[in-house]
Amino acid sequence: MKATPDGTAPGSPPPSLQADLARLEAIVRALEANDLDLDAALALFEEGVGRLRNARERLATAELRLKQLREAAGGGDVDDLAG
Amino acid sequence: MTLELPLAPTLRERPLTVLELTEGAKRVLEQAFPAAWVEGEISNFTKQSNGHWYFTLKDPFAEVRCAMFRSDNRRLPAEPENGLKVYARGRLSVYPARGAMQFIVRDLLATTEGGFYAIALARARQALEKDGLLDPARKRALPPFPGVIGMVTSPDGAAWRDVVAVIARRWPLVELMLIPARVQGEDAPRDLCRALGLANRFEGLDLLIVGRGGGSKEDLWAFNDEHVARAVAASRVPTISAVGHEIDVTLTDLVADLRAPTPSAAAEKAVPDRMEVLRYLASLEAGLGVSAGRRLDAAGTRVAHAQSRMAVAAQGRVRDAAQRLREAGLRMHAGCAAITEVRRAHLERLAASLDALSPLKVLERGYSVARDAAGRVLRRVGDFPPGLSFRLRVVDGEVGARAETGA
Repeated sequence: MKATPDGTAPGSPPPSLQADLARLEAIVRALEANDLDLDAALALFEEGVGRLRNARERLATAELRLKQLREAAGGGDVDDLAG
Repeated sequence: MTLELPLAPTLRERPLTVLELTEGAKRVLEQAFPAAWVEGEISNFTKQSNGHWYFTLKDPFAEVRCAMFRSDNRRLPAEPENGLKVYARGRLSVYPARGAMQFIVRDLLATTEGGFYAIALARARQALEKDGLLDPARKRALPPFPGVIGMVTSPDGAAWRDVVAVIARRWPLVELMLIPARVQGEDAPRDLCRALGLANRFEGLDLLIVGRGGGSKEDLWAFNDEHVARAVAASRVPTISAVGHEIDVTLTDLVADLRAPTPSAAAEKAVPDRMEVLRYLASLEAGLGVSAGRRLDAAGTRVAHAQSRMAVAAQGRVRDAAQRLREAGLRMHAGCAAITEVRRAHLERLAASLDALSPLKVLERGYSVARDAAGRVLRRVGDFPPGLSFRLRVVDGEVGARAETGA
């Protein structure tokens, strides 16, 4: 996995699905703990909803990419393969 | 005396050359035994540098020299060892250069269960075991969400198509990379090792599947090759081995981090299921909704309470204000009205007073007012000297008058 574990580092690629899931779990736990003030809870909820949407979009729009690795000088070269 | 030596013999037929004899024998033997299975035990096994095998096949009563050429023996997964009981299929022939009868072996089967495959497998397995490569503790966990999955297999095989289909359905969020290799035939082990090495030199691979679809034991054999197994064991990237069908277990299965019964099963183990993750997302959403909802409900209830209290209070206040306004309005109105009334009454009273005081009223009753020429009202007797001319104001006008006598 190339994304950072929490996917929140500035300038990093958009958080991976794994990062979204991990963050969502943390958000649900934090909300369940019920020791946040309302503003913080609402902010977390908003973030959670955003990440849910993000994750669902990823799942809905993903298309399998097929590649082929072939021998090249000093290693491998990648070619696109038609699905 | 000369010694009578026999004359040079004159044969009635031309003698055969040795070559003709051996070639003749060869022809006869080859025709008599076009192909036959022979059972025996191997001894004197040697392997030439050109790859040909030579050995003796014997039983308690006889033996025959055998040759098995490279083109035939390379199909076998292992070399035989002396003492191995075998079935050898071949044809009888003669090697003219040595005048030796030999059995040219095309096929060789060990009589034991599993044959040469079992022998080769046992040897390779022993070697791998000795190096600790079969230790279950070596097995690594697979990445839960791989981004790039490589597959070492034949580009034309069913395995690649199956894996593509399963991953496209379950988890199309990955990049699936084919690392083509021949998966059967004598070049397969070397090609598989090359492809495994290439895959491991490629940065960014998260998971490697190695395998092929179903086939005969012989077809699958490359995956029991010790070198291939070692290449799988050496993989930097976690591996899934998926060779043939459910029942086929190969050495690569034993050294890989995970064994899948088929390539499709490997694909299922390689990636999560989109539907499951969507369901999980739904459960997270529910959790999010419930906990946030609870949090919000509590807050919302308080807000609602506050709101309704505010509304009640506001309503009350508005009502009060309205009431006050209304009352004020009424009072104002009433006030105005009262004031007007008072004034009107006052005015009327004034008017009445005025009316009452109007001298015309008095005049109407028959009184008159006398005024001298200067307009002074003459009230008393003393105001009337005899002969005084004065004017009398009666109700409908004035008349001139003269006092006749004094008092």
